[in-house]
Amino acid sequence: MKFTWFNLMPWPYLPDDFREKHRSVWVDIPNTLYDPKKGHQVYHEYMDQLEYAEELGYDGIGCNEHHQNGYGLMPSPNIIAAGLARRTSRAAIAVIGNSIALYNPPIRVAEEFAMLDVISGGRLLAGFPVGTSMDTNYCYGQIPALTRDKYAEAHELIMRAWAEEEPFAFDGKYNQLRWVNCWPKPIQKPHPPIYIPGGGSIETWDFCLDYDYNYSYLSFTGYLRGKKLLDGYWDRVAKRGKDESPYRAAFAQTICVAETDQEAEKLYAEHVSYFYNRCLHVAGGFADAPGYRTIKTLQANVVTAISEDVQKLFPTLTWKQLIDDGYVIAGSPATVRQRMEEMIKGLRVGHVFCLIHVGNMPDWKTRYSSKLFAEKVMPHLRDMWPEWKDDNRWWCKPMEERLHPEENLKQARQDGRLPL
Amino acid sequence: MKSRMLETKRGVKVRVFEAGSGSPLMFFHGAGGLFPENPFLDRLAERYHVLAPELPGYGESTNEELLEDMLDFTLHGWDVVAALGLTKPHLMGHSMGGMIAAEMACLQPNDLAKLVLVAPAGLWIPEQPIPDIFSFLPHEFAQHLFYDRAAGEALLTGGLDMKNPDALAEFYIGNSRRLSMAGKILFPIPNRRLSKRLYRLTAPTLMIWGKNDTLIPPVYGERFQALIPHSRLALIDQAAHMVPYEQPAEFVRLTTAFLAS
Repeated sequence: MKFTWFNLMPWPYLPDDFREKHRSVWVDIPNTLYDPKKGHQVYHEYMDQLEYAEELGYDGIGCNEHHQNGYGLMPSPNIIAAGLARRTSRAAIAVIGNSIALYNPPIRVAEEFAMLDVISGGRLLAGFPVGTSMDTNYCYGQIPALTRDKYAEAHELIMRAWAEEEPFAFDGKYNQLRWVNCWPKPIQKPHPPIYIPGGGSIETWDFCLDYDYNYSYLSFTGYLRGKKLLDGYWDRVAKRGKDESPYRAAFAQTICVAETDQEAEKLYAEHVSYFYNRCLHVAGGFADAPGYRTIKTLQANVVTAISEDVQKLFPTLTWKQLIDDGYVIAGSPATVRQRMEEMIKGLRVGHVFCLIHVGNMPDWKTRYSSKLFAEKVMPHLRDMWPEWKDDNRWWCKPMEERLHPEENLKQARQDGRLPL
Repeated sequence: MKSRMLETKRGVKVRVFEAGSGSPLMFFHGAGGLFPENPFLDRLAERYHVLAPELPGYGESTNEELLEDMLDFTLHGWDVVAALGLTKPHLMGHSMGGMIAAEMACLQPNDLAKLVLVAPAGLWIPEQPIPDIFSFLPHEFAQHLFYDRAAGEALLTGGLDMKNPDALAEFYIGNSRRLSMAGKILFPIPNRRLSKRLYRLTAPTLMIWGKNDTLIPPVYGERFQALIPHSRLALIDQAAHMVPYEQPAEFVRLTTAFLAS
């Protein structure tokens, strides 16, 4: 099993009456709610936590891209990843990812991901999301019905840019480039492992299987509901005659660990509630632009797509329901371990994106929970898939002889070359 | 009205509603498509040969992936005229259909008789931003489209019981398919630079607007009028964006007076 410590980087200062006063945390949220001076503190706290996760032994540290929202403050995940690449040297840097249809031209992604792979010594996991409809259509103005076509073209361009050894011309529908010649190129060959985050579009399954990319299912309605979708994915894997390595799939899970189940509720319930009631408070009209999903997906999945019920459900959820229905895995190390085993086996996933910082959780609780998970849960879950233990197709392959800039910094401080 | 299927040279399969006889009058529907009943077309068919094609993605018309941008939509309009074997038809379009009819008339100004634009899309006035129809929930459309919201609600849902999950799902999927297509020329801002081409229009042009239109307010009619040579703007009381449905008698009176003049 591989565990990646992920920080969504929510804005932790949404007011108590946010849900009543504002219709959406995304797209048209008043930007006067953002305070750049507090933002300075928030970014450093969140990046420090990501670095701490490496110290604790997590396999990867992760970030992602969202726009115009209070749910996640990383319009440019590559800036966060660049900071992490300098201050860590072991963990994979999971950028899940860059919304490749939004970059003009998308060669920018090929270049920046190559920079991250080179700076980190080959530790990049490269995610290519279509992006949420809020981000892609409403904030970045992409025509919904053409978004997937533009995404497919961007994907082709990036992969060719990494593969080709001579300059080439690219005559695309959305990008015309007479000279494509990627400098720098990634360390990992033929390219860094590719992760495709999906929210339930069935076309994405075939895309992942066509290219043997990891399918990362990101959902906040928990693993019990996630199982229905991932069962569909595994059926598709079987139908396509692909091997059933659990490392083909990843799942993002909210996790809260304390000494006891009672302590977990006491410490974390308010922050989980903040997340579900404020960070996920998206206006129904921004959730799914007409044409963003194909008719085929809507027909397969229409209940969740139209469901304002899900939005109405969140404020009514009690801690017990959140736990019982698997939205959140929380409790003592023993409880969390048992639920994690259920989740990992049930979904058949080799990668877990651990969402341990939740909503407006303060730094100390985040570190406490992260440490307990790393020390008292993670070691017991390592060998859940013994028959696939050597399968590293979806993991980074760093250079052995890579530099350790973060250690140089520590050394310089110890030697008195830099003030402590 | 009776309907028939035709296929354009490009390969788009189009359902065309048709009634009446006389000079041909093409009607291009708005982003919501035709309703099951379109009384203003029935009345126009008493004097004209009315032809109302559905865009692909609407009703029975298919192969919508063949149309991607404004030029595709415009040429498609003329492809339908050609497939119907019409010469110099009158062109009339409502909302998005008005934008398409105006583009058609700019591209081939000598191939139409007269032009009727009913609250057309296609321009953008920064001081008067048009609401984002693509972020409306199903129950939010009526308030933006109709003067009489309750009557509008009934028209939009066509008698479907929106509390029934299956009916709601059907409406949602149909709406998604239609607006997905409309988004190719209307998303995120319904401005594909028509203003640069309107100087080419030579056909006599009538704009009809609902006085209470809050979606594309009448100030847009004034802007169209300023940009189109030989055009006239007529306003209809107690009507919003869906003016032909809300005031069909006055709408037909104005249209026939203009076409006959």
